[in-house]
Amino acid sequence: MKPLLAAVFSLFFAAPALAATDIQTVETPMGFTAWLVEEPSIPFTSLEIRFRGGTSLDAPDKRGATNLMVGLLEEGAGDLDARGFAEARDGLAASFRYDSGPDSISVSARFLTENRDEAAALLRESLVNPRFDEDAIERVRAQVLSGIRSDARDPDAIANARFDAMVFGDHPYGSRPEGTEESVTALTRDDLVAAHQAGMTRDKVYIAAAGDISAEALATLIDELLGDLPATGAPLPADIAAETTAGVTVVPFETPQSVAMFGHAGIARDDPDFFPAYVLNQILGGGGFEARLMTEVREKRGLTYGVYSYLVPMDHSALYLGRVASANDRIGEAISVIRDEWRKMAEEGVTEAELEQAKTYLTGAYPLRFDGNGPIARILVGMQMDGLTPDYVTTRNAEIEAVSRDDIARVAARLLQPEALRFVVVGQPEGLEDSPGQ
Amino acid sequence: MKRLAAALTLAAVTLTTPPALAEETSNQVTDFTLDNGMEVVVIEDHRAPVVVHMVWYRAGSADETAGTSGVAHFLEHLLFKGTETMEPGEFSKVVAQNGGTDNAFTSFDQTAYFQRIASDRLGLMMQMEADRMVNLQLDEQDILTERDVIIEERNMRVENDPSALMREQMGAALYQNHRYGVPIIGWRHEMEALDLEAATSFYERHYAPNNAILIVAGDITPEEVRALAEEHYGPIAANPEVGAPRLRPQEPPQLAERRVVYRDPRVAQPYLLRRYLAPERDPGDQRTAAALTLLDQVLGSGQTSVLNRELQFDSQVALHTASYYDGTSYDESSFTLVVVPVADVSLEEAEAALDAALHRFLEEGVDADQLARIKFQLNADLVYQQDSTQSLARRYGNALTSGLTIEDVQDWPELLQSITAEEIVEAAARVFDRKQSVTGYLMAEETADAPQHEVSQ
Repeated sequence: MKPLLAAVFSLFFAAPALAATDIQTVETPMGFTAWLVEEPSIPFTSLEIRFRGGTSLDAPDKRGATNLMVGLLEEGAGDLDARGFAEARDGLAASFRYDSGPDSISVSARFLTENRDEAAALLRESLVNPRFDEDAIERVRAQVLSGIRSDARDPDAIANARFDAMVFGDHPYGSRPEGTEESVTALTRDDLVAAHQAGMTRDKVYIAAAGDISAEALATLIDELLGDLPATGAPLPADIAAETTAGVTVVPFETPQSVAMFGHAGIARDDPDFFPAYVLNQILGGGGFEARLMTEVREKRGLTYGVYSYLVPMDHSALYLGRVASANDRIGEAISVIRDEWRKMAEEGVTEAELEQAKTYLTGAYPLRFDGNGPIARILVGMQMDGLTPDYVTTRNAEIEAVSRDDIARVAARLLQPEALRFVVVGQPEGLEDSPGQ
Repeated sequence: MKRLAAALTLAAVTLTTPPALAEETSNQVTDFTLDNGMEVVVIEDHRAPVVVHMVWYRAGSADETAGTSGVAHFLEHLLFKGTETMEPGEFSKVVAQNGGTDNAFTSFDQTAYFQRIASDRLGLMMQMEADRMVNLQLDEQDILTERDVIIEERNMRVENDPSALMREQMGAALYQNHRYGVPIIGWRHEMEALDLEAATSFYERHYAPNNAILIVAGDITPEEVRALAEEHYGPIAANPEVGAPRLRPQEPPQLAERRVVYRDPRVAQPYLLRRYLAPERDPGDQRTAAALTLLDQVLGSGQTSVLNRELQFDSQVALHTASYYDGTSYDESSFTLVVVPVADVSLEEAEAALDAALHRFLEEGVDADQLARIKFQLNADLVYQQDSTQSLARRYGNALTSGLTIEDVQDWPELLQSITAEEIVEAAARVFDRKQSVTGYLMAEETADAPQHEVSQ
C-alpha cells in the first residue's frame, strides 16, 4: 500500500533558486573575469578564488611543495608575521581558507561590508606577499609530516593512496599531494617560493563572489587583490588514461572493519554523455537509500553502514569510484554483491520508474544547493572551472530531464566495465585472495 | 524589512559599543505551542523557496535505561522503516522523489529528524513525520538487519579509529554515574543484544507530541506553519506517560583525578586529552556557561589563542592545540583540552607544558585586545549566521531539547558580550580542578612494529 505516493503530485521546480540573469559577469580593468551574485540583505561577502593546476604542478622531486606552500599562506605576509597576520584577520572578523587539491588551489574568503577594504588588503598580502618565514616553514612542515604518518595508518587513506598509485603511477595523480616524509623533509624555502610563482598566477585564476558587493566594487577589489601576481606559471600536466583490471588488491592492516575502494575509468565532465552517466550513478550508487548499492548491501543484507559510488571527472583523467566498509568476515559478501550490481547495470540499464525517481530527485535537489552566499560563490567558481556559462543554472535541469532509458543503456554499456572493476581492500578480509593486475 | 533593520544595527558595531542585537535578530523567530503540547518554532528566511523541517525529541542516549545502550540511536534508524501506512524505506523515497534530502541524528540529550525541501512540500513532510511519531511498525527482520547496520556503523566510527576508542574510554572515566559516560552509539556487547522490545519500549516512552519540538526554517510564514502543524501534528493526542522530568543519575562529588592510557598499533601520532567536568547552560542561569564559552575561545580557538601562542609559537612543544566546550547540555557538561606534541616531545612533557600554560593564564588573566577581538567576532558571527537558517534552526532545536527556553537562546549573544575578563578567569579557576578531570594519553604500542606492506602487486 502506498497512499502517500499518490499524494506526490506532478513535480516541477519551475523556479530555480537562482536565475541566469542573477549572475553578473564582471570584467575588471586589468582583465580579470569574475561572476557575481549581488545579495545586499546581509552585510558580508563570500569570495571564492581558484587557481587551476594545484598540487599536480609540483616540480619533479618536489612532491608536496604546493601543499606546504598553500599551508603557509596564512603564516605571515607582508609586514606581518604569522601571529600578527592571524590577529589582524581575527580583528576584522574575516575568514580566509586556503586549500589545495590535485587540480586546483582554492582560496575561500568571507568578510564584513563594514571593513571590506581592510580585509581585502590583508588577503592580498597573503596571496601576493607570503613571507615563508623559516620558523613558520618548520612549524607547518612538522604538521604536514604528522599528517603523512597518520595517513599511513588510516585504512581510508591507505586505500586511496594504493588505488591512485596503481592507476596513475608516475603521473602527479599517482602520488599523495602532501608528498612523502622524504620529499617534504627535503623541501627548502626556495622550493616554496617557486611553487608559489608556478601555481598562483593570473592566467590560471577563476573568481566568483556572492553577497553585499557591487560589480564596480568587486572589480576594484579583484584588481588590487590579484593584479600583482605573476602572469604565467608552470604548464599543466599531461592527460592520462585510467587503466585497471578486474580483481582484488589486498593491503593487510590489522583493524576489525575492512575498507574497500573500487572503480575503474570514468567519464569526462565535457563528454556529451556526462548527464546520462550522472543519472546512472544516482541510481546505482548515489547518495540516498534508494540507490541500488545501498538497497542491496545495506538495506537488504545489513552488510555496511554506507556504500557509495561517484563520478570523478578530473582535468587530466576520469575515474568512476566507490567505497564500502564491512567487518572483515563480511567484506567478501559485500564485494560480491557490488560486482553483481555493476554487471547487472551494465547489461540491463535502469527501469523507467528508477529513471523518473532519479530525475525528480536530482532536479528538485538542485535549487536547494544555492542556500547562502558561500555555497553560491563555490558553485559559480566551479562552473567556470568546468567551462560552463552562467545560463547553465537554468538549463541544467533540462539536461537531466532529457536523459532517456536508451541514453542510460548506451552509457551503461560504455561506462561500466565489470572486466575492469578493481577493489583495493585494506584490512584483514576473510576469504578474499589478492589477484594480480591493477 | 526586519532583516535590514538588524543589518543596519550590525553595520554600526564597533569594538567599544556592543549593540543590543538579540531583540533585532529575534524578530525573525516566532514560537507557539499546539494544544497537544508540541512546541513550534518558526524561523523566517525568504531568500529562496526552501524550508528545513525538523522534529526534535527530548530523548537521547542519556535517557536510555541501563543495559540498553545504543537503543536511542537504533530507534532513530528504525524510524526509516515502515508504519501502518508506509512501507519500509518509503519515507526517504518520498522525500527524494520530491527533490528533498533527509536525515536524522541522535545525541546524548536529543534525537532529531529533518528534511530540506521546496517550501510547497512542507505539508507532505509533516504528514509523514507525524505518522512515524506514533504509528511505527517493526518486524523481527527489520530489527536483525538494521542491528547489523548499526554494528557496522560502530565499526566505522569507533572500532576502526583509535582516537574514537580513546574518547569512549575517557568519557566512561569522566562520568562516574551519569549516562553521558556511555557512548551514544552504544557499547558493542549491548548493541548486539538490542531487540524489538528494547526499541519499542524506548519509542513508547519518549515519542509523543508533548515531548517533541517542531522547527521550521525558511520561506514560510508562522501562520502557514501553524495551519499545517495543526492539520498534521494537531490530531495526535498528548501522551501523559511521556515527557516526565528527565531525572538521570547525577555525578557524586568527584574526589580523585583519573588517567587513561590507550595504546593501539594504529596510532601514528600520539596526543593528550584532558577533560574536566564543567557546568552547563541552565534556564535563566547561563552566565558561568557564557564565561566558559569565552574561555574556550581565549584558550584554544585558532592561531591567536593562548595555548596556540604558548605551546606552538613560544615553547614549540606542540604541533597542534585546541580546546572544546559546549554548554548546551541538559546535565553537567565538560571542558576539553587537546595537545598534540611535536616529534621529540613526550606526552608527559606536553602535559607539564599544558599545566604550566593554564597556571600562567590563571595568574595573568585575559589579554584585553584578544577579548575585544573575540567579542567582535561573536558579533560578526550573528551577521554570518543569517546566511544559514539551517544552522540557526539547529541551534534552537539543540537548546530547547537541552532544557533551555527560547528566551535563553535569544539572551545568549548579549550575555556573551557582557562577560568580563575577571569572570572568564573565575570560571577557569573553578573548572580546572584536577580532581574532576580525566587525562588521556593516546599512544602507539610500545614495541614499534614495522610499517606493513601489501602482499603482492
